Amino acid sequence: MKALIKDIMAPAVCVIQKFRKETQDTFTLELSPPEEGFSFSPGQFNMLYMYGIGEVPISISGDPADTGRIIHTIRAYGAVTSRMMTLKKQEMIGVRGPFGTHWPIEDLVGRDILLVAGGIGIAPLRPVLFHILSNRTRYGKVLLLYGERTPGDLIFRNQIESWRGRFDLELEVTVDSAREGWRGNVGVVTTLMPRIVLDPSNTAAMLCGPEIMMHYTIQELTKKGLRDDQIYISMERNMRCGIGLCGHCQLGPTFVCKDGPVFLLSKVRHLFRKREL
Amino acid sequence: MTQNPVKLADEVVIDRDDLQQILDVLESDGYQTIGPVIREGVMVYGELKTVFDLPVGWTDEQGPGSYRLKKSDTPTLFGYVVGAQSWKKYLYPSVSRLWRSEREGNGFSVIEEKDQFPAYAFFGARSCEISAISIQDRVFNNDKYSDYNYNEIRRKSFIVAVNCTKPAGTCFCASMDTGPKAFAGFDIALTELLTNKRHFFIAEAGSDRGASVLSRVTFRPVTKDDKALALGVHQAALRQMVRRLNTSNLAAIFSDHFDHPQWEKVSGRCLTCGNCTMVCPTCFCHTIEDKTALDGLYAERWRKWDSCFTKDFSYIHGGSIRASEKSRYRQWLTHKLVTWVEQFGTLGCVGCGRCITWCPVGIDITEEASVIMQAPDGVSPSI
Ligand code: SF4
Ligand code: SF4
Ligand code: FES
Repeated sequence: MKALIKDIMAPAVCVIQKFRKETQDTFTLELSPPEEGFSFSPGQFNMLYMYGIGEVPISISGDPADTGRIIHTIRAYGAVTSRMMTLKKQEMIGVRGPFGTHWPIEDLVGRDILLVAGGIGIAPLRPVLFHILSNRTRYGKVLLLYGERTPGDLIFRNQIESWRGRFDLELEVTVDSAREGWRGNVGVVTTLMPRIVLDPSNTAAMLCGPEIMMHYTIQELTKKGLRDDQIYISMERNMRCGIGLCGHCQLGPTFVCKDGPVFLLSKVRHLFRKREL
Repeated sequence: MTQNPVKLADEVVIDRDDLQQILDVLESDGYQTIGPVIREGVMVYGELKTVFDLPVGWTDEQGPGSYRLKKSDTPTLFGYVVGAQSWKKYLYPSVSRLWRSEREGNGFSVIEEKDQFPAYAFFGARSCEISAISIQDRVFNNDKYSDYNYNEIRRKSFIVAVNCTKPAGTCFCASMDTGPKAFAGFDIALTELLTNKRHFFIAEAGSDRGASVLSRVTFRPVTKDDKALALGVHQAALRQMVRRLNTSNLAAIFSDHFDHPQWEKVSGRCLTCGNCTMVCPTCFCHTIEDKTALDGLYAERWRKWDSCFTKDFSYIHGGSIRASEKSRYRQWLTHKLVTWVEQFGTLGCVGCGRCITWCPVGIDITEEASVIMQAPDGVSPSI
């Protein structure tokens, strides 16, 4: 049955169980799910409502197998997200969702997986990693490239450290700029490309980050022999409803909230990076 | 009454003086009847109690950027076409509250609106307008979600169509296959006929509900002559329509002519006022507004019509996707004529001409589309 928007426009009120500051401008909220329960697929998002201030689309960054909590990792950009950063444990927030398409992890069993995250783009990709790591034998080689502005902006630091120690996961981190003391790579995410080895016949790539970053990453992947139908991207547009009715998120014929945010690149190649579309 | 009941698809004749009976039956069936009325010199849709509330003896003159009502020398009830408003005002109100919320301790409660929706009878809907409603039916029932409010009002509404006998200068429904004669989606369709001696209507039952209403008014069977008269009127209406839109290659507007110089040209005239989107009977975009009381203890969420002509419409952190005026006009036109098809399986324009009439600078979608469909000067056609 189709959900009725009457219900879908009214948020469920969820209690904040944990508030964790990740970096200076990024934080993670752990919410207890509404009574009806909550489940999602990696790549989907919720509309989060800050009481009296407004609502914003935020991807879900938790483990899809964990139905006991809803996890969002948020970078404070605008009025609503900045106010959300002042939330505390036990306070409440409105949740509508989950909305949108997801990374097709079930269809990619047996494949090598390349994840490329730019900035907060790591958040919607983290559920993919959770899923793969719990089902590790079902996937081939797994590689995560993560680019941030500075070392201080790196999100999920502890987790990344522990993932680094795994032999079944290759992980490369880079920052745009760093002071002394950073021993990792400096440069945009594409500067990591020369050192990675992909099997172009068996790899599926999932990209999430600024469009310009995805654009250059796609160029590099194309050079490495990946076709557009092996690359998934997550798009971002202005969203008001999340359900394909308000029209704000249109990207040509698509509604990013409903037909996206995750798209197979070959399906939207003609729309991607089209100026002022 | 001794007359036989009217059945689906039957046509009957109703005299001008008996037309009021339709309004009376609708009222007794619990409908709130809405129809064209004149308020402060313009034709709007408002409550209709009697046939005398209709703009009797009025006609309109419409052109790019101009609208004028004038007295005609005939006592027709429907001698004008569409005004700035459309039925969307009732099916999808320009503002509506979605819920209210009260602060409670650390949290808040959400109280959904429990609206009572009236049963409307839309009296005098034109064929293009019925097509517009059927387009919005698809919009508010997309592949994943349905809009409760819209569908509730829509389900209850009764439609009395009026076949256009005199198109306005801005009409181009024939090009869009939406008129001027109503072909589907109505409960009753009326054709107004006026000769030297007689003033009457041919009424067609488009649904069982419509047949039931007609069965309860005074009518007589339709004759061959009546039918011939109506046919003549319908054909004349079609002949009078001067404006056209060539729909054969609209996709090229998006696929091949996205950077056509005409976009820049038209944006030099466009004020990005959004009038065209407000008057358009198919435009559905809206925004969601959250409000709070000053004391912070009470909040509301509202839905309001919005327009793709505003810069804010496409804003994401860092700026608007469609910052230039040109890109916003292009979004509007390509949505109506191209991308809508992929979204909803139909064009987003029904040819009602409102956007042409009510554009303060008279920008004409049919002209713009035809220029943009052509390869720009000095460029060989890509199609
Ligand atoms: S685009 Fe213009 S002519 Fe077409 S339906 Fe909308 S208002 Fe009418
Ligand atoms: S086309 Fe005309 S009505 Fe539409 S936004 Fe531009 S100036 Fe306003
Ligand atoms: S956010 Fe409203 S249509 Fe996509």
